[in-house]
Amino acid sequence: MDLSIFGYQFMQNAILAAFLGGVACATVGVFVVLMGVSFIGVCLAHAAFAGALLGVLLGFNPMLGAFLFSLGTAAIIGPLASRGELNLDTSIGVLFSLMLGLAFIFMGLMPGPKTQGLSLLWGSILTVSKTDLIWLGIVAAAVVAIVVLFYKEIQAVIFNREIALAVGIPAGLIIYGILFLTGSTITVSLSPIGGLLIFSLIINPAAAAYQLTYSLKKMFLLSALFGIVSGWLGLMASYLFNAPSGAAIIVASSLIFGLATLFSPKRKVKRWQARDEPSRVL
Amino acid sequence: MRNHRGANNTIVKIENAVVSYREDVALRDVSLEVKRGEFVGIIGPNGAGKTTLITLINGLGKLVQGRVWVLGHSISKGSINGIRKRVGYVAQLQNIDPRMPISVEEVAMIGRYSQLGAFHRPGKADRDIVDEMLELVGMSHLAKRPIGHLSGGEQQRVAVARALAQEPEMFLLDEPTASLDWRAQKEIMELVKQIHETRNLTTLFVTHDLNALPDTCDRVVLMKGGRIWREGRPEEMLQQDILSQLYDAPITIKEHEGRRVFLKAG
Repeated sequence: MDLSIFGYQFMQNAILAAFLGGVACATVGVFVVLMGVSFIGVCLAHAAFAGALLGVLLGFNPMLGAFLFSLGTAAIIGPLASRGELNLDTSIGVLFSLMLGLAFIFMGLMPGPKTQGLSLLWGSILTVSKTDLIWLGIVAAAVVAIVVLFYKEIQAVIFNREIALAVGIPAGLIIYGILFLTGSTITVSLSPIGGLLIFSLIINPAAAAYQLTYSLKKMFLLSALFGIVSGWLGLMASYLFNAPSGAAIIVASSLIFGLATLFSPKRKVKRWQARDEPSRVL
Repeated sequence: MRNHRGANNTIVKIENAVVSYREDVALRDVSLEVKRGEFVGIIGPNGAGKTTLITLINGLGKLVQGRVWVLGHSISKGSINGIRKRVGYVAQLQNIDPRMPISVEEVAMIGRYSQLGAFHRPGKADRDIVDEMLELVGMSHLAKRPIGHLSGGEQQRVAVARALAQEPEMFLLDEPTASLDWRAQKEIMELVKQIHETRNLTTLFVTHDLNALPDTCDRVVLMKGGRIWREGRPEEMLQQDILSQLYDAPITIKEHEGRRVFLKAG
């Protein structure tokens, strides 16, 4: 195999972007999977996409548009999620379709070729810019730092929101923080991974890790590892088979999820069996 | 023990509390005082406002009118987190995903989080307290197990250990034995009774099931339609005619092996 490709700057950038994006997405994915709010992520991703398109249409920085839209959506979902007064699924469904509708409207209004708009949908990790990389690095570092600093609060909220509140942990604030991180991660991953695909990079590694361990710490680590491996495998496949990189990354992450589910020790565990024989899990 | 409210030793004071969720009024003008060291049972049919009343004390319920003082502080946005740290709370059995990546000892440790500030990690002293409480509730041997693999009764014991790990000044139990089997129900009742008696911990125990009320109650509060309908000593309140009125169903009391058993008659 000809490895000279790795000598090129663009390839090195892509490898770094896959690493940073993998860590950030897979880490926020752990929250999304454990809190059972998958569709919040989908909704934020589409909001970011719509916001970025508005930026392209009106001529301001698409990243800014993506950031404002995903945070704005998170700010609407946040109270719904933390108070639980409305049916969350319904509200998210409405917001999600609204964002998709806005995205199509902005796309439709764009004069001339829609290359830039479409590239936000598919992503292009091979043409990632220095600025993109810096932002990815900042967000990935922030995500990891917050998980480390607020691990016990996050763990308590993931276990049970009401219990977390009852011991004096500001659960609402933690949930807003998590949504903010999710929105930021999606924003900076938009141009390398793409608005349509980003979500599988959030869900799949965390869902794969969920199959393999009963330790939250290990779940975070495994998920990040799977995120990075998905990115790198996808890049390789994209190079070898000349396939679109974002899509190849998603397929790689889905494969990892499939394998993890297939070999999951949790599938065999039944409540009453667990009592007698400790299951062999990581 | 600190005493914030003078000689009367009142630990909870609820004055004319009104709580409503949208159009439904959950509590109508309810007043209640609890003294330090008391064991108060709160009983009544479903929808009587028992849970709402108890969650006023740890600020999970939202007051529309009236005032609530707990441990010498009036409940407000500013004081609530401080109060919650001093109040142990056990809710009904929760539905926990068996795959949830959190172990029994980690769940009990959540109680310690109340005492640790932000950025502080649990140390040896915290782990010792968690070990002690798991031992107390008889769950030490399952400490490393994923919480979702335990039976309902075991999960509720862990919830008790978690609340005690807080080293609380008051203990709130909201239907802790609901949906548990007979044995688990009895074990939790015994455990709560033992904790109250050995630690003299002020305890409020909510249940709709008269047979799930520990016999160590000093006082019983009978709730109906969002109001405190009656309250008094258990031997005065737990009478066939009073309970039949409370539940709008004929109730018979039988003595069985030295214990009162409540039956739905007819």
